[in-house]
Amino acid sequence: MATVTLVYFAWVREAIGRDEERVELASPDETVAELVARLAAQGGGYAEALADPDRLRAALDQQFVGFDQAIGTARELALFPPVTGG
Amino acid sequence: MKRVAIQADDFDISAELAALEALGGGGVASFTGIVRGEEGLVALELEHYPAMTQRQAERIAEEAMARWPLLGLSIIHRHGRLLPGERIVFVGTASRHRAAALESCAFLIDWLKSRAPFWKKAHYADGAGAWVAPRAEDEAKAQDWDR
Repeated sequence: MATVTLVYFAWVREAIGRDEERVELASPDETVAELVARLAAQGGGYAEALADPDRLRAALDQQFVGFDQAIGTARELALFPPVTGG
Repeated sequence: MKRVAIQADDFDISAELAALEALGGGGVASFTGIVRGEEGLVALELEHYPAMTQRQAERIAEEAMARWPLLGLSIIHRHGRLLPGERIVFVGTASRHRAAALESCAFLIDWLKSRAPFWKKAHYADGAGAWVAPRAEDEAKAQDWDR
């Protein structure tokens, strides 16, 4: 099964306690929302960071995407809070 | 001219403005963002997503070039640990006309605030740290440009 590299930023990274990891997809059609829910179910820092998707944004291969997007053959999925640049 | 730099180092505003003025237009507009010396704040830490930040800033620059008749623009955004009073961001635009220069400058800053992957963490004198929450007002400003 395909794998995707997850990368985390800001408080998502701090809560999970790492900045990246590789995860196997449950299926080729797995969406960002499904993967996030699966990770949140692991509890601990994952639940703290990922239980409320409304607080998160996602980018697949460095492009912003909605949570209904299938991960497919993307290599990198980034999960992070809304940005505060400028 | 389209200059996009994501860097830890400070920059020379005079040199940036001079490069924009040399393009021969009638107007140069610019904005410089500075770390506010809020009560108890000792440093602002800017985290970014290197693989995405440069790309996203370049897309924002291209969007501005497509929307306004610009002769050039310059975007510099710093990352890392910054002290109160230090510069965070610079945007400069050059055009034949002031409206295009001023409007595109405002557009670029609004977009960088809510579309470029940077996160700010405030560090306070008592040792506490807090991630800066996005402001609804900033998101609304970015969305206004989508209309």
